Amino acid sequence: MGIEFILGSLVKIGALLGYLYGLLWAMGHSKKWVKIVGVIVAFGIVQLALTKFGDFQLLNNFDQGLLFQACTMTMVALGLNLIYGFNGQFSLGQWGFYGIGAYCAADITFRWTNGDARGLFVVGLGTIFAGLAIWGIGKFLKRLRGIPVLSAFTFYIIGVVVAGALAILIGNLINPLLSPLLGTISEPGVLNSKVAIQVVFFFAVVFAGVFAAEVSFLFGLPVLTLGSDYFGIATLGFTIVVNTLMVNSDTILPFPEMKGGRGMIGIPKLTTWFWAFFFMVLVIIILRNLIRSSTGRAIMSVREDETAAKAMGIDVANNKLLSFVIGSFFAGVGGAVYAHYIGFLSPGTFDFLVGFNPLIIVVFGGLGSMTGTIAASFGWIFFLEGLLRVLLSQMGTEAPTWRYVLYPITLLMLMLIRPQGLLGTVEWGFLKAEKYGFGKKNGPKPTTDAPVVNS
Amino acid sequence: MRKLSLSPTSKPIKSKKPPLDWVGKGFLLLLTIAVAYILIKNLIDDPSLFIQIILSGLQLGFVYALIALGYTMVYGIVKLINFAHGDVFMVGAFTSFYAVTRFNLHLWPMSVFPNMPRSLVEVIGSITVILLSMLVCTVLAITIERVAYKPLRDAPRIAALITAIGISFFLEFFGALNFVYSPRFIPYERPFEVVAWYIKDGVHLLKPGVEAPAGSITFSNIFIIIVAASILVQIFLQFLVHRTKIGIAMRATSFDKPTARLMGINVDGIISFTFAIGAAFAGLGGVLYAIAYSSIWTQLGILPGLKAFVAAVLGGIGSIPGAFVGALIMGQAEAMTMGYISTPMRDAVAFTILIIVLLIRPTGLFGEPEKEKA
Repeated sequence: MGIEFILGSLVKIGALLGYLYGLLWAMGHSKKWVKIVGVIVAFGIVQLALTKFGDFQLLNNFDQGLLFQACTMTMVALGLNLIYGFNGQFSLGQWGFYGIGAYCAADITFRWTNGDARGLFVVGLGTIFAGLAIWGIGKFLKRLRGIPVLSAFTFYIIGVVVAGALAILIGNLINPLLSPLLGTISEPGVLNSKVAIQVVFFFAVVFAGVFAAEVSFLFGLPVLTLGSDYFGIATLGFTIVVNTLMVNSDTILPFPEMKGGRGMIGIPKLTTWFWAFFFMVLVIIILRNLIRSSTGRAIMSVREDETAAKAMGIDVANNKLLSFVIGSFFAGVGGAVYAHYIGFLSPGTFDFLVGFNPLIIVVFGGLGSMTGTIAASFGWIFFLEGLLRVLLSQMGTEAPTWRYVLYPITLLMLMLIRPQGLLGTVEWGFLKAEKYGFGKKNGPKPTTDAPVVNS
Repeated sequence: MRKLSLSPTSKPIKSKKPPLDWVGKGFLLLLTIAVAYILIKNLIDDPSLFIQIILSGLQLGFVYALIALGYTMVYGIVKLINFAHGDVFMVGAFTSFYAVTRFNLHLWPMSVFPNMPRSLVEVIGSITVILLSMLVCTVLAITIERVAYKPLRDAPRIAALITAIGISFFLEFFGALNFVYSPRFIPYERPFEVVAWYIKDGVHLLKPGVEAPAGSITFSNIFIIIVAASILVQIFLQFLVHRTKIGIAMRATSFDKPTARLMGINVDGIISFTFAIGAAFAGLGGVLYAIAYSSIWTQLGILPGLKAFVAAVLGGIGSIPGAFVGALIMGQAEAMTMGYISTPMRDAVAFTILIIVLLIRPTGLFGEPEKEKA
């Protein structure tokens, strides 16, 4: 525990940045086989490093934990970067959606392993029905131009409540049929075999993300009409309310298995490197393809100037809502992966003070820079959580407090010296904007029939 | 031929009513009816409890009003959510804690004039403690403004906001270090005794350690002090902003900074002055809050600060009477929720009210419509 440890950690961080660069480079290569092989190799390298060969293991359990945490933090921070960096809506609610995703997915798998299929079916059918209801009502409301937000919100609320009630009804009907197949935690049934539980885990993560997205839709519809500062305060309030509900999940909310402020234990630890990597790459691909599409350009134009965007025929309200919903979806997925890696959820993790972390990461990496966010998430977790925790633990019980004393000082220095973030708007490999121009494969062809300008 | 007239007397263009407007309004009406039903039912069930809850709501609301003033004035002038304001409030409480517990400042008249009656000593001593806290908060706020906010005045607004969050974190967690304060809750030693009375067939003194009889309404001297201090501060600020030269300068700065500078107003000085005034009242609020609830810790300021900001937004940010009214509404809502729904939901209700009010009146209750972007 000394200079070698520090040097080793710095080497690890350097290797990680190189690894990320390589991954993004391979993903952005023009040949398809390079992309596929590159991603598989990137997955395999870490998988090998995590595997135990006799006594030798390159990355120990502590590093593995940090790695998973960094992956989830990347998803959450990328979601926030979409909302705040690309769309310019100052949101502090990301941590609330992260918590919703974590608790939702944990509840599904916890109930499943304990022989209760209602978790999966109520949440799954509920999100599907609610999504259909929102889609249908949206179609219907589109005909009535200029409907007040409050009326639209009332319609959506009614639709979602009906959908939820329907899902609970069906879930209660299905449950008795399935519960013999599920078995109990001591005698797992057919549907609790090693393969089946992985499938359930996948659906749990997806449904948790969609659930968080739907909550964010209902919350964002009225709240996004407020100005930017008010929106920030309202989303901060959302995080506080979600945290309050978590503390009282067994008294105010009807979920005794969440155990309120004592914390939820017994969540199956299903997150492997495969799932963490898979969901992280998925989030990166979705975000990149969204940002580099016409929708993405519309989202960015809202950040630059709302009035000008409106004049160009861009639906400002819809684009704000879209980026908010997708960003929350990423947060929900990240939360679900986190819950199954740590195996224990306590409301303290989702406190709003901790919730400033994604914001700080996004600002550090550079607003509107996906590469910066990814690098900052990994650097943040490995440097501050890993290195600093170990170093400061020699200072006694005050280590956590010291960390929070050092964060804001760093933040202040950054704001004063380099307000655009460490990486600015630099992007690596896959995340770069495609260069349109003559001679490129996907670029526009040079036009021969150019209009002749009459002078 | 009809004359084309552009004078304001010509008929305005009829704006089409938005479709299905009644749905949202009906939803709100149902909500209002439900809330009113709960309140009236409880009022009839137990009137004395109802009045007691209103009194505790007033106490909370008047403390929020003291904090909300700082938020509303600072936001009115520099358009910045000063997150650190709640922590200035906390520092005020801690300053008075140190002054009372460590240095016995509240008893200083006794050491100078040994024959002074005890009650007079307490009054003078407490006022000294409060003034000291206000002074410390003022100095702190001016320092924060000069070090952190002033270099970022021309930067994007969000940079200043993130800096404010950073300052807020720093104050909270630096205070939680063992050699500064402590991360734990600390029992607060009051500079004067809290005396309570109860009303049942006339006003009676409530002896300490004795339960008030059922069906009575209790109130204490700290309640009276908070209400009086808050109202006095309101009157003082109304006078300051509308009747003095510096008030005119403040309003001019908030209206248009470059023009104010051209008119010979020291804009930076005015901004510092605004921070200082807001911080002084936050310090006063901090001391009174600590005396009333008699337990402090370094994260004391976060939630009252946020709720005070919500109150300022509710009343229309930038408006001083608006902040006052908003804070009273916020206090009542919180007390009612604690009394009739459940204690943990008090934060949820505060933010729900904010969202609903902003949806109906985006400028808040007393706010003026915002200028179009130039």
